[in-house]
Amino acid sequence: MANEILEEHINSEYKWGFTTDIETDTFAPGLNEQVVTALSKKKNEPDWLLEFRLKAFRHWQTLPEPNNWAHLTYPKINYQDISYYSAPKIKPELKSLDEVDPEILKTFEKLGISLEEQKRLTGVQSNIAVDAVFDSVSVKTTFRETLSEKGIIFCSFSEAVQEFPELIKKYMGTVVPYTDNYFAALNSAVYSDGSFCYIPKGVRCPMELSTYFRINATGTGQFERTLIVADEGSYVSYLEGCTAPQRDENQLHAAIVEIITHKNAEVKYSTVQNWYPGDKNGKGGIFNFVTKRGICLEDNSKISWTQVETGSAITWKYPSVILKGNNSVGEFYSVALTNNMQEADTGTKMIHIGKNTRSTIISKGISAGKSNNSYRGLVQIRKGATNARNFSQCDSLLMGDKCGAHTFPYIEIKDKTAIVEHEATTSKIGEDQLFYCKQRGIDNEKAIGLIVNGYCKEVLNKLPMEFAVEAQKLLAVSLEGSVG
Amino acid sequence: MISIKNLHASIGEKEILRGINLEIKAGEIHAVMGPNGSGKSTLASVLAGRTDYEVTQGEVIFNGKNLLDLSPEDRAREGLFLAFQYPVEIPGVSNINFLKTAVNEIRAYKGQEDMPAKDFLALVKEKQKLVELDGKLANRSVNEGFSGGEKKRNEIFQMAMLNPKLAILDETDSGLDIDALRIVASGVNALKSKDNAYIVITHYQRLLDYIVPDFVHILYNGKIVKSGGKELALELEAKGYDEIKEKFESLES
Ligand SMILES: Nc1ncnc2c1ncn2[C@@H]1O[C@H](COP(=O)(O)OP(=O)(O)OP(=O)(O)O)[C@@H](O)[C@H]1O
Ligand SMILES: [Mg+2]
Repeated sequence: MANEILEEHINSEYKWGFTTDIETDTFAPGLNEQVVTALSKKKNEPDWLLEFRLKAFRHWQTLPEPNNWAHLTYPKINYQDISYYSAPKIKPELKSLDEVDPEILKTFEKLGISLEEQKRLTGVQSNIAVDAVFDSVSVKTTFRETLSEKGIIFCSFSEAVQEFPELIKKYMGTVVPYTDNYFAALNSAVYSDGSFCYIPKGVRCPMELSTYFRINATGTGQFERTLIVADEGSYVSYLEGCTAPQRDENQLHAAIVEIITHKNAEVKYSTVQNWYPGDKNGKGGIFNFVTKRGICLEDNSKISWTQVETGSAITWKYPSVILKGNNSVGEFYSVALTNNMQEADTGTKMIHIGKNTRSTIISKGISAGKSNNSYRGLVQIRKGATNARNFSQCDSLLMGDKCGAHTFPYIEIKDKTAIVEHEATTSKIGEDQLFYCKQRGIDNEKAIGLIVNGYCKEVLNKLPMEFAVEAQKLLAVSLEGSVG
Repeated sequence: MISIKNLHASIGEKEILRGINLEIKAGEIHAVMGPNGSGKSTLASVLAGRTDYEVTQGEVIFNGKNLLDLSPEDRAREGLFLAFQYPVEIPGVSNINFLKTAVNEIRAYKGQEDMPAKDFLALVKEKQKLVELDGKLANRSVNEGFSGGEKKRNEIFQMAMLNPKLAILDETDSGLDIDALRIVASGVNALKSKDNAYIVITHYQRLLDYIVPDFVHILYNGKIVKSGGKELALELEAKGYDEIKEKFESLES
């Protein structure tokens, strides 16, 4: 019975699929050294950065395109068909919000992101600073002044290159070198913008920092970089959100996020990834190939990744932590939901180098429709990482019998004192649970929402309050019509 | 309240309910007894709208509505409640959140606004007391890690919260210790009114000492083969099912 209804499968509506009509400055499709150079010139970059891009580009050209290393299948991407730069036509220097294209402001308002500092959708004073990235460029960063009083730098990557070149030069590419992988090399060559954040010694960032990515233009790729540096004893909670219009073509998103924590510092990075997933037949949607990595560079520092992944046609993403400093802590909390024809291959790497380093991995996969959902994780305990500990729990929840869930845990232990625990479960959303809810007057959709949110609770609890509420709603919407 | 006429239900090829007739009026308590596998839980499930069973014949009128035409959630919203023989665990969903959703869904069906949080919490407190449910259980995930007895008590707590017109208690007494049995029974008695009705499925006379039925029915092989007053339960307790089994087995063959 459940199967019959499953087959009826209505297309759950993607509510963020609208497009914005604005004038843009867009490069013709194609990729070569001239394009890379033009991009760098456009952004008025210093020579060392152009060199970095060119080296990355030359390296990228030597790499074969990966296709079989993840549990994913997708059509070959023609990198010459993509435009590598698209920016809203704006004045070079924005003095105030009034100068931002009103259409873009409207877009962000529609997405629930207010770029006016004093205004919040709820009417309450906002406590989140936002860097809004529209296609290839950052259009506005809020609360910059408030933050700079504490010495916190939060601005677009391009601005940081101009204003704080020494910081960028010192940290950029140190966690994810351009040689890391195919998409990291590509990003390093053609990245257009992104966010930069620096928290000085001893400062606890008083508000959540957030980057909101919006792809709008057609035929473009989005390649952004985020760099977060937490100096000694500092703390910051960072949020990332993203959406894209509904289009029949696939669009490429290949980002890099680097996090560096110094002694006693902590960074909590939360993502709600909601790129357009394509329609129910798998047409369109974002290819999301992202390299996210943090390094606990010094002792007693902590990096925590929390992600809720509901979007994209294809997700390839392994937020990782290199635990270099002694006593450092890495965490990965993930909910990955796939529906219809979506494919996700996501997980984490925890590399234990320092002594007494600890890591926790909680992964909750939910597969519905004909989707495929894989957890891929590596726990590596290097020699000398005495008393390292890891706990991993990977749960999969299946809805219906046409979807797939896979778990690929890799464990490499080079130190005898290590304690590594791994637990995995696979369950089906129970007819019994659904009937129990219905018998209490709760309809199917609400019941699924309840059950799924319950299943993900450990992860959702890690999200900042407002984000958690959003994520819960998003999970429910993403599953609309997925089970009978 | 409810009128069940010639109800037949099967699962696959197998017919489990083979012509049930039962008439229940508001204010009444009906006990349903019968040997294991006779179809008691099936009857409860069919009334609640479980889709595993196919109703092949018959009619059920519940408060003037054709029950079998309604979805399971609408049956619940119309006031039908089933205390499950085997309550289900829903990890990560707090009892309170679960009940709040249920209460408000039922209210929405009736065109009412969500219950204000304050009133809801007051209601929780009141009903928790009624069934002496530990406050901690109310905040824990639905039935997760509950003992058998705690699950049963939680069913009655939910019933008290939802205030149904017709409640079917499927072996709520099994797994309860003597004290819990008394508490659950007194809860049921407190909730009993001239406007609601109960179907109490049980194997034991013991429960019926506390919840005194107006009628007792014996279900055997998918049919009600004998009905009577509360003394029928006593008679069963003394004699067992042998007599009934013999009589009907010979009849059937
Ligand atoms: N889903 C099912 N699939 C197959 N057979 C079933 C199913 N549900 C019930 N039955 C069968 O129907 C018959 C009646 O079962 P039911 O659970 O209604 O009995 P019961 O009277 O409640 O028994 P008990 O006193 O043990 O609870 C049994 O033979 C049982 O095996
Ligand atoms: Mg039974």
